[in-house]
Amino acid sequence: MTRHTMRAVLGAGALLIAGALTLSGCGGSGFDEPAGTGDASDLTSSDDALTVLIGSSGEAETTAVEDAVAAWSEESGVEATVSVANDLPQQLSQGFAAGSPPDLFYLNPEAMTGYADNGSLKAYGDLLENKDDFYPSLVENFTLDGEFYCAPKDFSTLALIINNDLWTAAGLTEDDIPTTWDELTAVAETLTTEGRVGLAFGAEYERVGTFMAQASGGGLVVDGAAVANSPENVEALDYVKSQLEAGTFAYATTDLGLGWGGEAFGKQAAAMVIEGNWITGAMTNDYPDISYTVAELPAGPAGQGTLQFTNCWGMAADSPNQEAALKLAEYLTATDQQLAFSEAFGPMPSIQSAADAWSEANPDLTAFLTGADYAQFRPTQDGAIEVLADFNAQLEGLKAGDPQEILDSVQANLEAVVG
Amino acid sequence: MSAPTRPRAGSSAIRRGEGLAGWIFTAPVIIILGVFLLIPVLMALWVSFSDWNGRGSPLSPRVGFVGLENYAAVTTGGGLTERNFGIALRNNAWYVFLVVPLQTILSLFLAVLVSRAILRGRGFFRTAFYFPSVTSSVAITVLWLFLFNKDGVVNEVLSWIGINGPNWFRDPRGIVHIALGNVGPLAGPDFLVQNGFLGISWWEWLAGPSVAMTAFILMAVFTTSGTFMLLFIAALVNVGVELGEAGMMDGANGWQRFWHITFPQLRPTLFTVLTLGLIGCWQVFDQIYTGTQGGPAKTTVTPAFLSYQSAFLNQDWGQGAAIAFILFLIIIVFALFQRWVLRDRPVSKRRARQYQVKSTSRVAAPVLVKGSKP
Repeated sequence: MTRHTMRAVLGAGALLIAGALTLSGCGGSGFDEPAGTGDASDLTSSDDALTVLIGSSGEAETTAVEDAVAAWSEESGVEATVSVANDLPQQLSQGFAAGSPPDLFYLNPEAMTGYADNGSLKAYGDLLENKDDFYPSLVENFTLDGEFYCAPKDFSTLALIINNDLWTAAGLTEDDIPTTWDELTAVAETLTTEGRVGLAFGAEYERVGTFMAQASGGGLVVDGAAVANSPENVEALDYVKSQLEAGTFAYATTDLGLGWGGEAFGKQAAAMVIEGNWITGAMTNDYPDISYTVAELPAGPAGQGTLQFTNCWGMAADSPNQEAALKLAEYLTATDQQLAFSEAFGPMPSIQSAADAWSEANPDLTAFLTGADYAQFRPTQDGAIEVLADFNAQLEGLKAGDPQEILDSVQANLEAVVG
Repeated sequence: MSAPTRPRAGSSAIRRGEGLAGWIFTAPVIIILGVFLLIPVLMALWVSFSDWNGRGSPLSPRVGFVGLENYAAVTTGGGLTERNFGIALRNNAWYVFLVVPLQTILSLFLAVLVSRAILRGRGFFRTAFYFPSVTSSVAITVLWLFLFNKDGVVNEVLSWIGINGPNWFRDPRGIVHIALGNVGPLAGPDFLVQNGFLGISWWEWLAGPSVAMTAFILMAVFTTSGTFMLLFIAALVNVGVELGEAGMMDGANGWQRFWHITFPQLRPTLFTVLTLGLIGCWQVFDQIYTGTQGGPAKTTVTPAFLSYQSAFLNQDWGQGAAIAFILFLIIIVFALFQRWVLRDRPVSKRRARQYQVKSTSRVAAPVLVKGSKP
């Protein structure tokens, strides 16, 4: 090597090192070491303003959260700003990696595991004043290794949505609302006509899983052990498969070619669908002329079962003002506030003290709330997202597939995850 | 490297001053490229060898070196991770295998078409063919989702000729399997079903792109052909007319003149188009992210999308980085292979004989070696 090139290499190297140092030091707290975490008793406290990051479903939700946070700010004297993420997981991940996460943010149970494992989250659930007011299944949903991580924001369950006009046109009455699989089979058959199926739902565990919950009393994981390929779950998938083959059930997406169950229901391609609370908003906005009934899902061999979907208010371990964040989380999950949210954009309050007021305000939707008593949830173990994605991919081919084989593969994948 | 024989740099203060000035002038670019390109790439490389979990700096002492663990999980782990990577590679390989030749042929065809002096309204056609390339890929994806909807325009048109179109973006079956299914019962031979690579069987590798992926393939051909057409037009302009006229004098017809005279002169452009096509196709991400998010049944997952998913959604940052670097290697290997295929070669003796002057004299005619380097 000539002296000249040597110098060039050295120079470039020096520049790179300088650059690396600049980069790792940039932005003040940019890459600072994260503070300790996991211990629930020591909350940080400062005068720092709070940042709240939400993944909003639309204008109504954004406004409602902004108003609530502004009201709290005025009351407490702590400044707080709400920002709406256009890609929540990505923006959260960036915040955690850079060491400057939002103080309080929407968090779903599946994402919680990864963030909890790398110490990004503050487990503050046990410090909540209204801790005992939350539905136990929601608390369980956000509990990891015995630690209750975050305050459940609200929740939804799946129920059976029935088109009233088609129901009566088929000669069915209120007494015919199915309570068992046999009855479901019968009404689905009655309601199936040329160009319309009796029951439609998405080709995914998040809908089909209700049958597994009804068959075995425990969808995929029970007491930390994988039970995906239990004979009961195989029976559930066998049942769904046979109905798909008979044409009385159909996947809203692959079979009917529509976006989701709500669309299939609104376009009257299906007389009944299995969907969650969010369908009510879609019906009001897009298909206001259709009258419908919300009924509890029928019971299977093991009794009633449905799935719940929820989010919580996650708190960052790196937040400099966790005491204020805790107060804000309490404020946002208090009875009045949750009822206000429910009115603004539809979800169900996560606390039991709001149940009566909610039922009074939404008498036609109580089946959703009743589901909370027996609702199950998706496994939250680290890596479960991938397993469910693979399961969903296989469920799309259920009609031509072998339930035992599908569930065996899910079992193997799940065992690798739950350990 | 041997030292040059010019005087030692140290002997001239003026020279040294020039060197400093040179550094000062190049420094902004070096710093910008270093900070925004080289260092992030090196950090990502480090992440792919580490157990960094997405919190704090990847350079902090708490982050450990795990060697090839992340790469092993993706390529030989035996679990879902390996299978996912296999599926992503399978999908993308079909995409590359179909898009690259199709877009190259189509863009060359269009370029020749709009370069003909005889064509009226050349400007209009050039603009029309180029138009899809300037539109945002997100906008085109949305348009495609509409067109290929179950009740969309494409299926409507297909129904005019009696074809019952598939539910494009919801049909997870591979088109090879669909074609095979039409002629007989669908079950792979045992040796294909039992054996496989990266967690998926050879039978699945050979399934072909899914219907959904095929729609993306059509879209890629549609959007990129215009850009490459432009490159070919530029190359065609540089091809002199003299050789063509000489060919005409020798009685070569239009096709012969194109294939034996024009086309060989397009080789550098062909190389550029193929290289850009290969790189672009292996990196396909936006369409997947905005269009299908990998569905239906994972048949549109690509390594680039999988890398994003592993890192941002599953918090497996090491694996995400590892996938990105494996993809990088794949692209390098393909580019090198393609360069090797398209390299200038000496003309074979058999071919060369065709160019020799047929003469009864004993004097050997000089061998014309087309475009070869010593």
